[in-house]
Amino acid sequence: MSSVLLFAISFAQICVLLAMLFCTIRLVLGPSAQDRILALDTLWMCAMLQALMMGLRFSNDIYFELALLVALTGFVSSIALAKFLMRGEIIE
Amino acid sequence: MIAAIETIPDWLAILVAIFLCCGGLIVFIGGLGLLRLPNFYQRIHAPAIAITLGAGSILIASMLYFSGVESRPVIHELLITVFVFLTAPITSMLIMRAAVYRDLQAGKVDYTKPRGQRFPTEE
Repeated sequence: MSSVLLFAISFAQICVLLAMLFCTIRLVLGPSAQDRILALDTLWMCAMLQALMMGLRFSNDIYFELALLVALTGFVSSIALAKFLMRGEIIE
Repeated sequence: MIAAIETIPDWLAILVAIFLCCGGLIVFIGGLGLLRLPNFYQRIHAPAIAITLGAGSILIASMLYFSGVESRPVIHELLITVFVFLTAPITSMLIMRAAVYRDLQAGKVDYTKPRGQRFPTEE
């Protein structure tokens, strides 16, 4: 039954990888700055999911900490970029 | 490393596989929507699906899998779930406010007319 599980993990990882590819295309193409920030935010989220699924693939708990850190950093960077877009400065 | 995959029961493996496939497909659809939708205000809805439903499915799969491997309830993925579900609306709200503010500044939206307007065009 482990082959089914490994196949499912590979399938989900390839799907998330394709989503990351689409986000990168939108990040490069994006007509406005807010499109680029949205694509970057989604890219952070996909990176977090990739870290989680690497943890599943290798049955290793250490990837959980990586996923938590990636989620935290992505949130802070997206907030900072959105604030900068709104006001032109981050800390008022 | 790989041997730990063999230790979980069959029904749990199938359940984890179903959750993983659902999550992967939903994240894929979210990314496709981000790429294909025509306007920013429509595009911002696509990652919301990927973040809530897709990430939720994959986090549930991870919780079930590690519970099966260690033969006890492992729920520390709930930390990521709570964090993501708290912060994703804040992020999208701030990006949306910045976008509306910028469109108003650029004169693409007429704020004296609150309804019945089309989406601002993109150059």
